[in-house]
Amino acid sequence: MNNALVQLSYLVATGLFIFALHWMNAPLTARKGVYAGVAAMVIAIGATWAQPEVVHHGWIVLAIIAGVAVGVPLSMVPLTAVPQRTALSHAFGGLAAGLVGTAKYYLWFSEGPQHLTTFRMVAIIVEIILGYLTFTGSLLAAGKLQEVKWIPQRPVTYPLQNVTNLGLLALAAVVGVALTLNPTAAWAPALFPVVILLALVFGVLLIIPIGGADMPTVIAILNSYAGLAAVAMGFVLDNKLLITAGALDGASGLILAIIMCKAMNRSFLNVLFGAFGQAQPVKTGGDQKIYREETIEGGAQVLEQANLVVIIPGYGMAVAQAQHKVRELYDQLKKRGVSVKFAIHPVAGRMPGHMNVLLAEADIPYTDLVEMDDINPDMPQCDVALVVGANDVVNPSARNEKTSPIYGMPIIDADKARTVFAIKRSKNPGFAGIDNELYFSDRTWMLFGDAKNVVGELVKQLSGSAVH
Amino acid sequence: MSESIDYWSLLYVFVLAAFIGLGVIRRVSRLLHTPLMSITNAISGIAVIGSIIVTGGDYPTEIRIMGAIALFASMTNIVSGFLITDRMLKMFKADRRPKPDQRS
Repeated sequence: MNNALVQLSYLVATGLFIFALHWMNAPLTARKGVYAGVAAMVIAIGATWAQPEVVHHGWIVLAIIAGVAVGVPLSMVPLTAVPQRTALSHAFGGLAAGLVGTAKYYLWFSEGPQHLTTFRMVAIIVEIILGYLTFTGSLLAAGKLQEVKWIPQRPVTYPLQNVTNLGLLALAAVVGVALTLNPTAAWAPALFPVVILLALVFGVLLIIPIGGADMPTVIAILNSYAGLAAVAMGFVLDNKLLITAGALDGASGLILAIIMCKAMNRSFLNVLFGAFGQAQPVKTGGDQKIYREETIEGGAQVLEQANLVVIIPGYGMAVAQAQHKVRELYDQLKKRGVSVKFAIHPVAGRMPGHMNVLLAEADIPYTDLVEMDDINPDMPQCDVALVVGANDVVNPSARNEKTSPIYGMPIIDADKARTVFAIKRSKNPGFAGIDNELYFSDRTWMLFGDAKNVVGELVKQLSGSAVH
Repeated sequence: MSESIDYWSLLYVFVLAAFIGLGVIRRVSRLLHTPLMSITNAISGIAVIGSIIVTGGDYPTEIRIMGAIALFASMTNIVSGFLITDRMLKMFKADRRPKPDQRS
């Protein structure tokens, strides 16, 4: 295939990738986006494979078959496991970038030192640092999300952590600069693996102090890194398709990370270096706070008589696998003419948009999934706010209490509803270890128990009673 | 292979692509952020084209092994990324299929 044709194919692929993302702007066109993406990828692979410098085909075929064999089962994971699948995918992306950069360096070192220009060396160093740190960082994030036993879930912190981490990164950069200035020195091939090792270690150290509540942000940041590693690969290989596709990927990760940070009222740096999630010393003594409990029968009655019910789901709903029962409750209430909306906080779940996918799977129409900013003005008119497995995202301390670790975080105004029902598994504080004053408000009644059971009981109660 | 690579044009391409990316992604529905992330996973599998060149070139075996592993990793991303995105998108429906009897 001649070069002009290859370049034309890459140009078409770039356009299709942009359309793929453009069509993601609405659920109606989104599937078209997938087809555009697949077409772009097929064109890109075909054009590359047909280049004259590709002379051995056996290994390519084998690697593609192996990739398909692993990729297909990975696409069939339950939706609760999508965050860890995504993190794993970032790890693969980082690894691929790192390996290609490494291979290219050693190849040029032995077969064409004139190719190792300063610009290229900078690109190679950036590619391998980003690639390998994304690899180990994402693997660890995936392990934390999967709750692998030997990986600590709680943030791991130690003195001088940030100094150590940044020192390590600076050291990698210094070694990188030395390599860039002397890419063909006799010692260079021996020093190159040092950068790789530092990047691998840095990836691990970057993620161990991060707790579960920050995972949505971290996944988005790693997404961005994986994209930027592909951009660097494009600079190394002088390939514009790699640069454009990588830039789209990097931009996506960046925007998602910014949205997540805003939704938690925190900065990037604070997420990465803040070691959030340490259990706060819970203020004890003084006034003993008392939960007020409601019975299933009473709860069902109130729900039935409401005009507007807003359900506020959190990750607890997914953990309890309660989304299908929630759908049944939605059906029962709809049948009685009650309006039911779902209020979705941007950081509910373990990755951006996670809650929407889980509810869509339970067959709840997306037209009833409402973003926090759109539902909050309606909350004072809401008869019942039903909190299912959410905690920090409805905690009024974020508004009122300056000393609270979540102070300033935008929340769903559940406390403004006329009545609040909160389903809670136990009487312990939530993920961030913070007491939730919503539970002690004089409008709130608690329904203690597993979310799936409680919602199931409510449904039974409602379906048992006649429809008026 | 000539060494007259125009670095500046590569940097221009990067900056412009990044701005297009920011513009396009900003308008993606928040409903679809999880599928967005999985489709960008698939797109980041574009590293496949670098991997193919390294794997299939007439290079020493060690180099090609690294390429083959990278190719495997990218291909996994492409296949699982597109398939799971489509699987999730199929679930997003505006209306329930059989309308349960309206208010009674």
